[in-house]
Amino acid sequence: MILNDLIAVKEKELASQKKIVLRCCMAAGCISSDSKGVKEQLEIAVTEAGMQDEVEVRGVGCMKLCCEGPLVAVDPKNELYVKVTAENAPSIIASLKGGKANVEQTDPDAAFFKKQLSIVLANSGIVNPERIESYIAADGYLALHEVLNEMSPKEVVEAMTKSGLRGRGGAGFPTGLKWGTVAKSPGAKKYVICNADEGDPGAFMDRSVLESDPHSVLEGMAIAAYAVGADQGYLYVRAEYPLAIARLHLAIKQAKSLGLLGAGIFDSPFNFNVEIRIGAGAFVCGEETALMMSVEGKRGTPRPRPPFPAESGLFGCPTLLNNVETFANVPAIYRNGAEWFAGIGTEKSKGTKVFALAGKIKNTGLIEVPMGTPLRTIVEEMGGGAPDGGKIKAVQTGGPSGGCIPSQHLDTPVDYESLGKLGSIMGSGGMIVMDEGTRMVDVARFFMEFCMDESCGKCIPCRAGTVQMHNILDKILKRKATGRDLAKLEELCDMVRNTSLCGLGQTAPNPTMSTLRFFRNEYEELLQPDTFGAGATHSQPVTK
Amino acid sequence: MAAKTLTIDGKQITAEEGETILQAATEAGIKIPTLCHLEGVYDIGACRLCLVEVTGTPKLLPACTLKVAEGMEVSTDTERLRKYRRMTLELLFAERNHVCAVCVANGHCELQTLAYSQGMEHVRYEYTFPKWNVDNTHRLFGMDHNRCILCTRCVRVCWHIEGAGTKNVSGRGGKSKIITDLNQEWGDSESCTECGKCVMSCPTGALFQKGSTVGESERDRNKLEFIVNAREKKQWNA
Amino acid sequence: MERIKIATVWLGGCAGCHMSFLDLDEFLVDIADKIQVVYSPIADVKEYPEGVDVCLIEGAVCNEDNLELIHKIRARTKVLVSFGDCAVTANVPAMRNQFGLGNTESVLQRAYIENAQYNPVIPKADGIVPKLLDRVLPVHETVQVEYYMPGCPPPAERIKALLGQVLAGQTPKLEGTQLKFG
Repeated sequence: MILNDLIAVKEKELASQKKIVLRCCMAAGCISSDSKGVKEQLEIAVTEAGMQDEVEVRGVGCMKLCCEGPLVAVDPKNELYVKVTAENAPSIIASLKGGKANVEQTDPDAAFFKKQLSIVLANSGIVNPERIESYIAADGYLALHEVLNEMSPKEVVEAMTKSGLRGRGGAGFPTGLKWGTVAKSPGAKKYVICNADEGDPGAFMDRSVLESDPHSVLEGMAIAAYAVGADQGYLYVRAEYPLAIARLHLAIKQAKSLGLLGAGIFDSPFNFNVEIRIGAGAFVCGEETALMMSVEGKRGTPRPRPPFPAESGLFGCPTLLNNVETFANVPAIYRNGAEWFAGIGTEKSKGTKVFALAGKIKNTGLIEVPMGTPLRTIVEEMGGGAPDGGKIKAVQTGGPSGGCIPSQHLDTPVDYESLGKLGSIMGSGGMIVMDEGTRMVDVARFFMEFCMDESCGKCIPCRAGTVQMHNILDKILKRKATGRDLAKLEELCDMVRNTSLCGLGQTAPNPTMSTLRFFRNEYEELLQPDTFGAGATHSQPVTK
Repeated sequence: MAAKTLTIDGKQITAEEGETILQAATEAGIKIPTLCHLEGVYDIGACRLCLVEVTGTPKLLPACTLKVAEGMEVSTDTERLRKYRRMTLELLFAERNHVCAVCVANGHCELQTLAYSQGMEHVRYEYTFPKWNVDNTHRLFGMDHNRCILCTRCVRVCWHIEGAGTKNVSGRGGKSKIITDLNQEWGDSESCTECGKCVMSCPTGALFQKGSTVGESERDRNKLEFIVNAREKKQWNA
Repeated sequence: MERIKIATVWLGGCAGCHMSFLDLDEFLVDIADKIQVVYSPIADVKEYPEGVDVCLIEGAVCNEDNLELIHKIRARTKVLVSFGDCAVTANVPAMRNQFGLGNTESVLQRAYIENAQYNPVIPKADGIVPKLLDRVLPVHETVQVEYYMPGCPPPAERIKALLGQVLAGQTPKLEGTQLKFG
């Protein structure tokens, strides 16, 4: 394949585009409420109405407002139908000829959509994730072509550094710096790994990206591989994402058949193959060193760093490991230029961030907003606030590694530093909204139980410390604990955080510590009076 | 090999490039507590007892896997480290059923010795009293999971010194368990060569020679070291 | 000079620690003019008195009587010393905890029915035979304990060392071979 071939594919795809496109969500969320049936009925109705030549029913990825699924969008009428059923779907087709469909609609220009800025999700809900031509029609693989033909690996790294992109897996390490380190690490064999082991409770951003736009991740990985000098990539996806895995398999196959993956990509000397590795359900395998052990076929447990994967990673070779969303940002950065990307967001946090908005909020779903957007905008304007007129109490970010941000801090801009200052983290993008009915000690116990269950068991502080912390939280909730127990809990939080081997243990105390910081009264209300030393006068017995 | 100069606990020392802080400290006569470390097999940095403070690094790092570097300043025995070490040991004692009074390793147990060295006279955390079994199916050896601290020394010697690959870890978190072959009874294991290296390596009384009475179980670690030295350095005479 | 009031109690344990206490031999005579044993299994005192200075507690907290007594002791004593492994770690008596809640029934069954040679019956007499707790506890999980003297049993030397320090008004510290479990 050369550039002209790519452009030919794009033009053919655009030329064959029909006048009316019905985009029907085929991501896991809507499929679970029968969007497959909806799509089938839409197709039948189109045929019955004899409109095959004018109307395309296109299966697309996530259209973001997940709580209202299945979603069907009509182009170019700019209509968005919600909660479509197989039964009422045909009335949408009928309405194309005039009249009104007997289906609920929502305003596609509402704040939930209008306040979004799509880079990662630009193709989500637009392109058909099962057809590479659809991605190419949206300028897919153009960035890869440009990078391979017009930039040296060094320039690719420099552009990434200039863009200011930071790792979207949670820690926010500068991506350009990571790429540069791997590029400079000596070694004939290098690897690129995409971490798609999304495991935070309530988080589904990466799943949606993989289901909706798998090629953007593959293209991002290929660009990264070229930059660092790797020829082999692995996509580590958790087994709980069967649809994402199926679409990735298909995407890899299609990309290979067009010469966009494999040997001599775009007739250049650059080779890059991608294989999928399926995670067997351990949360800890999202930790990079554990993930690599798992890819190697070993028990997925982390190992101490240094050495960092950039120097010695998979099979002891220099390895670049980025998360799904990080890779999905890459093609757009090279298509539009590093300056364009650096112009979005805040001084230290560039670009956008995708969040999975969930919990006690009216509009649940996926949102992508520029870095620096205040939490209030996300939760109140876009999310529509708590349902049934409830009051928002806190927003949890970062899942089991993150913290709870109380409502008085809702004006905090969403960026790495601001969230860190509040004792939370950006995390991979889970955002759980809690209302006044949520007990914060419950929240702390929930996440502690999660970490306890998911601890790999290798290091003692995480393995045994989470058990003790969980037991104390449980005791507090059962109203059996005293101030002594709370003191022990705090001491353990500090110890587990500072001595655990990997990120799982180091961040496991975060939800507890952050709820203790902002909602200490809720803990104290549950404490019992300390009768432990009743009557004792602890003075030394002296010779009388 | 280039030499590196560094400071450990205020003492200036030299070490060979590629050495770990633990090796360098040991050579300089500075004792850092260890539990999962075993001479002769590779280190995994799991027990967190050898954590040290390195000036300029916010994180505590395990001495057993941390390589020496020029000008490094390391502290191995600060108040904070001592506190964490004691807590780590207390967590271990509270985790399974360590009943010293009726243990074969009583008096020869590294867990006990470490606890004393850190001044642990009682455990502040609530004991969890989990239910674990004892695998007594092997002809010569037994495995009492109640006493296991999951240091994986047995796994490492089995794979990397004996090369049998009989021992492994299954499960996760507190439910992790040292298993034999595909989680079957030790007596049924076809891969076990009955070499006894796992028993020699065990820091507690979890692995024992059958017929040993309480307090009898002394470990012969020299055998492990001898084998490794013989192989790696061709030192065939002990 | 008023003598220091010392008590020793025997909760759920084998009495080995008290045997060790008696091993103090002449030391007991040496300190006889400094201390007064006001309550002990080896002294015929029915009620734990008020105003005790130091109490050595042998054994784990196993039944309702133990629990009641330990709270009474705490209220009436200045310094509690967990005396021996059963008090410090709950030790052998706590091995039944591994059988989970409801272990008391199976333990009694095993002891009084399955292993009985004659007259198999679980002793039951409300107000006389104390009920077993669901969980055997080390002393410090029930009340505040000042000092710990592990050992199964702690040898006389260790008791002497700790008692000597306490009697001298020092904060006792067991070091070297004096600090040992089992």
